[in-house]
Amino acid sequence: MIELRDIRLSFGQRTLIDSASATLRCGTITALLGRNGTGKSTLLRAMASLGDVQRGEIRVDGRPLRKMNAAETARRIAFVDTSRIHAENMSARELVAIGRSPYTDWLGRTGAEDMRIVDEAMTTAGVAGLADRMVDTLSDGECQRVMIARALAQTTPVILLDEPTAFLDMPNRYELCTLLQRLAHRQGKCIVFSTHDLDIALSLCDEIALIDSPRLHHMPTRQIVGSGYIERLFSSPYVRFDAATQSITLTETAAEG
Amino acid sequence: MRSHRHAILFIALSAAAVALLVCDLLTGTTPIPISQIWASLAGSGASDEYAVIVRELRLPKAVMAITAGIALSVSGLQMQTLFRNPLAGPYVLGISSGASLGVALFTLGMPLLGITAGSAASAIGITGMAWTGSAAILLLVMALSRRIKNINVILIVGMMLGSAISAVVGILQYVGTEESLKAFVVWTMGSLTNVTHADLLFAVPIVAAGTALGVAVIKPLNMLMLGENYARSMGLGVRRARTMIFLSTTLLAATVTAFCGPIGFIGLAMPHLARMTFRTADHRILMPASMLWGVVAMLLCCVVCDIASRIGVMLPVNTITSLLGIPIIIAVVMRNRNSAS
Repeated sequence: MIELRDIRLSFGQRTLIDSASATLRCGTITALLGRNGTGKSTLLRAMASLGDVQRGEIRVDGRPLRKMNAAETARRIAFVDTSRIHAENMSARELVAIGRSPYTDWLGRTGAEDMRIVDEAMTTAGVAGLADRMVDTLSDGECQRVMIARALAQTTPVILLDEPTAFLDMPNRYELCTLLQRLAHRQGKCIVFSTHDLDIALSLCDEIALIDSPRLHHMPTRQIVGSGYIERLFSSPYVRFDAATQSITLTETAAEG
Repeated sequence: MRSHRHAILFIALSAAAVALLVCDLLTGTTPIPISQIWASLAGSGASDEYAVIVRELRLPKAVMAITAGIALSVSGLQMQTLFRNPLAGPYVLGISSGASLGVALFTLGMPLLGITAGSAASAIGITGMAWTGSAAILLLVMALSRRIKNINVILIVGMMLGSAISAVVGILQYVGTEESLKAFVVWTMGSLTNVTHADLLFAVPIVAAGTALGVAVIKPLNMLMLGENYARSMGLGVRRARTMIFLSTTLLAATVTAFCGPIGFIGLAMPHLARMTFRTADHRILMPASMLWGVVAMLLCCVVCDIASRIGVMLPVNTITSLLGIPIIIAVVMRNRNSAS
């Protein structure tokens, strides 16, 4: 469980998010929505202890994140972003095995139990068949799933993902997000991911966290659809959100070209 | 299957290293039969003249070559992984520039201090000042890197510092006397010929300490292959790991540079050779593999120099390491580009 307590996040001099509070529980999948540059990545990085919090406090299982060292954090929170791994001669299985780092000895030796967890993580993420493939030969979709398997191998209650669907085609997006939903509902993990796929977020996620700078609105998906926040945030002369169909449609301005 | 391959490669490389060590002891300006070499090393039954050559000249040189091969390869591997850049090497942080500044200052000041080139005092001075210069640059880079989060910025800062110092060294050479210039140029070409037991007493323990630090960061290096963010998210104290890697690299590269001059391309090429032959990304394999390749390459360069000297051509070791290393780098870069496109 992750709690945000009255936090403020800035990027340089600019305040992105202010007085944000939210409780993200285990067993739920939360989509983090917001326009470009409003602080989705900054918030996820702060929650993963990779970035600073200017005010307030983030707590993990009741303990302040700030007071945990990197090793303690790594046993509670796993993080996945969109950066591709360019490593020569590394198999997907070896990459996933690096996810065991918080539990291995000084030399990083993995035991039989570690490798069992690695293989299980790869099966769960649907990449067991890629185990012996070299990382630099994987497609974007395959690589993203392998990175998720790596996060699973870290066996943390919380997994944070920064735009995991960014480079994927439509079927891959739904497949990936269904996987994330399963992890939340069946394995009781707390999953938070940022995305621009509004339809996926609304159809698959239990809760939505919406950055409406500098506010953060966090509520169950059903509630946010009726709240009017999405309409306001994603309105432009070209598109409009239709709450009845839960989808974005082009406006007449856009249709006229 | 894979570990089988690794075992064979380790055995083959070790055998090559031993064979080259014997070759290196055998070759030189004075022909010495192998039985006399063995007798000299064992300390009995060799003629005095041969025993002196083997024990005082050839053996220290071979040990320094092995030390340099290990040191440069380990630091090159660390830099390539830390900066996630295949063209990073031991000198990427400006270590050799720092050393050359120290040596340039010393050779320039030699006439003022009444030290003649080639004397024992000049050898000690060059070594000491090279080490001091490298360490000063490293402290500067480390101080700056505490304020820099992005690892690539550190790389650029290190390279720019190196270039700036090279410019200063150029100015110093311009104002220097002919004698000091010659002493400096000789140092920059690298040499293993004037190694003494006293040098080894100093260099070997420092390189051993740097290598031990290198072994201690094997797990951090494996984690850093995924980038600093992922490494941190998996529990690595990135700043501490960075400091340890910088420290290890300086101990290794600065020490070798101080005693042998800047030896190019070994540190850059050997980790690539290790990756190409062992086909792994795991530093638990890559580190010893790079060391062995480094030892083989340095001993090979020494043998080539020895053979050349026998026909009267004195080759600086730096030219041989460049000729050996550069084709490897080109092969690696072309292979990577081809597979990426």
